Amino acid sequence: MTKAPSPALALALGLLLALAVHASPGVAADESKAAAEQSIQEEPSIPSQSWSFTGAFGSFDNAQLQRGYQVYKEVCSNCHSMRLLSYRNLGESGGPQFPSDAVDALAGQVQVTDGPNDKGEMYQRPGRPSDRFRSPFPNPEAARAANNGALPPDLSVIAKARPGGPDYIYALLTGYRQTPPGFELAPGMHYNIAFPGHQIAMPPALSDGIVSYTDGTKPTLDNYARDVSAYLMWAAEPKLEERHQLGARVMSFLLVFAVIMFLAKREIWARLHSDAAPTA
Amino acid sequence: MARPSTYQPANGVSRWLDARLPIPRVMYDQFITFPTPRNLNYWWTFGGILTFMLVSQIATGVVLAMHYVPTAEGAFDSVEHIMRDVNWGWLLRYTHEVGASMFFLAAYIHTFRGLYYGSYKAPREVLWILGVLILLLMIATAFMGYSLVWGQMSFWAVTVITNLFSSLDAVIPGLGTRLVQWIWGGFAVGGPTLTRLYSLHYLFPFVIAGVVVLHIWALHLPGNNNPTGIDVKSARDTVPFHPYYTIKDGFALVLFALLFAGFVFYGPNYLGHPDNYIPANPLQTPQHIVPEWYFLPFYAILRAIPNKLFGVAALMGAVVVLFFVPWLDTSRVRSTSYRPIYKWFFWAFVITCVVLGYLGSQPPEGIYLVLGRFFTAYYFLFFLLVMPVVGLIEKPLALPGSITEPVLGPEPAPAASSEPAPLRREREAVL
Repeated sequence: MTKAPSPALALALGLLLALAVHASPGVAADESKAAAEQSIQEEPSIPSQSWSFTGAFGSFDNAQLQRGYQVYKEVCSNCHSMRLLSYRNLGESGGPQFPSDAVDALAGQVQVTDGPNDKGEMYQRPGRPSDRFRSPFPNPEAARAANNGALPPDLSVIAKARPGGPDYIYALLTGYRQTPPGFELAPGMHYNIAFPGHQIAMPPALSDGIVSYTDGTKPTLDNYARDVSAYLMWAAEPKLEERHQLGARVMSFLLVFAVIMFLAKREIWARLHSDAAPTA
Repeated sequence: MARPSTYQPANGVSRWLDARLPIPRVMYDQFITFPTPRNLNYWWTFGGILTFMLVSQIATGVVLAMHYVPTAEGAFDSVEHIMRDVNWGWLLRYTHEVGASMFFLAAYIHTFRGLYYGSYKAPREVLWILGVLILLLMIATAFMGYSLVWGQMSFWAVTVITNLFSSLDAVIPGLGTRLVQWIWGGFAVGGPTLTRLYSLHYLFPFVIAGVVVLHIWALHLPGNNNPTGIDVKSARDTVPFHPYYTIKDGFALVLFALLFAGFVFYGPNYLGHPDNYIPANPLQTPQHIVPEWYFLPFYAILRAIPNKLFGVAALMGAVVVLFFVPWLDTSRVRSTSYRPIYKWFFWAFVITCVVLGYLGSQPPEGIYLVLGRFFTAYYFLFFLLVMPVVGLIEKPLALPGSITEPVLGPEPAPAASSEPAPLRREREAVL
């Protein structure tokens, strides 16, 4: 059948033609301006970092999560809420695993509005481990009013809500640079190489030495960014360790099961190669 | 398939039941001794895999529904509650979420298998039509399920898809707008929309299960097609379903479960979109609204057409055209393996679907739009032009005398006719 390949050939030629038309300089020139405009909008490439929790056997580094929580508490939480987390989560396994008295103390440091009491009045009380993380602002409008009109996003699942996840958060926190000449920055905005469009409302919050680590880790911007990114990954995916551990067991079981099934299948089908009529 | 039942009730209880509601007899005849062509390859194992996926989705879904809150205010947080506080909630939710992708992967392979081996041709037209109906129901169910997360991508997907109905304004002014508001239960996507999507998302899987029963019924009347596409001619061509295909389907299912578990445990969000972890915000449109991967080819077709009404028609047509495949294909033989010309068009069609999937994930501009139109054109030409015309002009390769012949040599008394005898079978059918 010599005629047979013709449709596939026609398809391939059509594809090549379409690509060639696109690549020709005339078309490219027309589009160059649009492309230049678009490059600002395009998401910058985010270099991947090495994390303890990536890979099939990855798990969180408890000490890193504790440091990350410290950075969040002392810096980020001034503007960003984490409304889906409770203080008790800080003591759970597969997380920062603060001892239970430390969790009680961390919760007790905040004042929580509770009530109404039997007089019908709301009242303040110290936080308990079962309380959600206290939000810095009572509502989004208050958050905008205090932040130049920008709304600091809730950080509960931020590590899953951005392409690149913890890599992106690290790149963003370490991505503040001098505004390059010729780049028009809107008032109140900051230049950041990792942020799409490079203009971000969040001011650079981290700098060397602003958080005092107690475990000997160097108090550098790089370490703060790394630790808080890991912490936010845990906050977004608190069952990651459990998932990896169960995954290893399920996959091992299925692999052994597959081998057994393969051998059983081969054994049963071998009956058909004999001359006898197939039977059950 | 019409044949005498060989079921023997083993004890008094089964004898009693056999005279009143012979379910054990039906199960025995249809799933134990059922004569199945001996040459089915691994592409035939996806029917069993799909049954498993349907059961898995219903089982995980029923439990998830116990913890989910179908309100615009509570939906997103209740999903996170499941992920954080419900025992094994993360496993249920990721199994359900990844399960949707795996369900579609298996359904697409199953459909392409039917298309390649001509499993839609007489006497299996109704079987095929029921399969397309299941695919349509799956598309609706998956879309509604995705909306329940009530993240940004959920919300805007619902907005885009429900707005498609407003294109009917071009037919009767006001009709589309009224229809969309009726679907929304208001003047925008909101709480009332979510509750009706939730209700139907719970209902549809059971409708699918019902159609699956009909699909299997329609399969068991003519029996399985097979890679040669020729009919079963003697008992030598078949083996009992059990143990031959229970073990083969079982092995394939375990391999499929490995892939499934790989995604659930090591990349549960790999197939999803990060924007869906941002709570729904009616005031902020995402930069690119993209559906899940399994809808991308259809999305590319929708956007390839510049006119909204015709775009929607093409989107619907891309699935509806499948209903007519049994009559669009004019070939005398079933299996594409014996069709030297059609074979090339078939694989070009498979590539077209994959490329359309890629194009659906890209912004509809420049080269992506050009290619989108080119491949959309081929998608429809394949059904409307290639299938009828190639079947008429093509000379198929010589078919083997029987299913068994290539393996065990010619039959003692080869049957001459390759014409199926559906009428005789229907008369004899006792299922």
